[in-house]
Amino acid sequence: MKILKKRKWFQSFSALLFNPNIPLFFKGAVYKGQTKGICVPILNCYSCPAALGACPIGALQNSLANLRFNLSLGLNQFGLYIIGSLSVVGSLIGRLPCGWLCPFGLIQELLYKIPSPKLKIPGYFRYFRYGVLVVFVILMPLILVDSAGLGQTWFCKLICPAGTLEAGIPLLAANPALRSQVGLLFAWKFIVLAAFFIWMVLSLRPFCRTTCPLGTILGFFNKVSLFQMHVDGDKCTQCGLCTQACPVGLEPHETPNSPDCIRCLKCIDTCTYGALDISFLKKYPVNRPKKIRI
Amino acid sequence: MKRKLSLLLFFLSVILIIIGLNTGEFIAVLEKAVTVCLSCIGIG
Repeated sequence: MKILKKRKWFQSFSALLFNPNIPLFFKGAVYKGQTKGICVPILNCYSCPAALGACPIGALQNSLANLRFNLSLGLNQFGLYIIGSLSVVGSLIGRLPCGWLCPFGLIQELLYKIPSPKLKIPGYFRYFRYGVLVVFVILMPLILVDSAGLGQTWFCKLICPAGTLEAGIPLLAANPALRSQVGLLFAWKFIVLAAFFIWMVLSLRPFCRTTCPLGTILGFFNKVSLFQMHVDGDKCTQCGLCTQACPVGLEPHETPNSPDCIRCLKCIDTCTYGALDISFLKKYPVNRPKKIRI
Repeated sequence: MKRKLSLLLFFLSVILIIIGLNTGEFIAVLEKAVTVCLSCIGIG
């Protein structure tokens, strides 16, 4: 498929599409249009000056952080709009936005192109992101609240390197008044970003594979989304080309719809036997690869 | 079976969005997203 060769262009176009207000980078202010109320299916900080929409992970944390306060005011806002926005995307295409739309994914792929020794990420590191989602995105905003019942967006505050890169650094660069407020928290966030940058040069997409809570949520839908990947067992020779090509260290011919799969579709492009395929909203015969016994 | 589950999930998600919109959650997201949350990005 020709489109698979143009994924980088797709990612670059998406980065511009979701961040079109470039002049605001120089003004040190954020875009304030109505589209900011729409949750985008990518990790794109809504405090980024150019951002067109809202980061669903930031919005979800805010919703959970304000839950007790809202209930005390009689407001029945449980974050259903945000959960629904995430699950609409998930039920349609699963983690496809990770591989094709996310600007932070593109940054990671570009940094990996810098020549350096390359490191494999141990498989068990992937479970860390489930902990990040549960602890920093759900439990901490919900439980750690002040006397008024208001919590904080702990993942954004302590971890998210996308926020530091897309919002913190540009706002500080363009707005001198903010620089006086920089303290230990920003130093910590800068260290986290720098550490991830180094890791991104050494390993492919380490943030997506070990930390990203948005990818974790969308990954839950990979097995049940309308967009599915398939292996034709009659064509698959188990040559391992797809495994070598997989940027997140999976075996696509064994688990084509793994929750860890970012659906970059490189495996389909690499398979010379045409054993891997995609479908959307149509039945596909289940024909698992046969184990070759020697 | 899997296709039916996918479609069911999709329609449930749309219902969640509609309920959320009716309770004013779009405005809540919008209000938060148009203001710079300094502590969220590590400043202040």
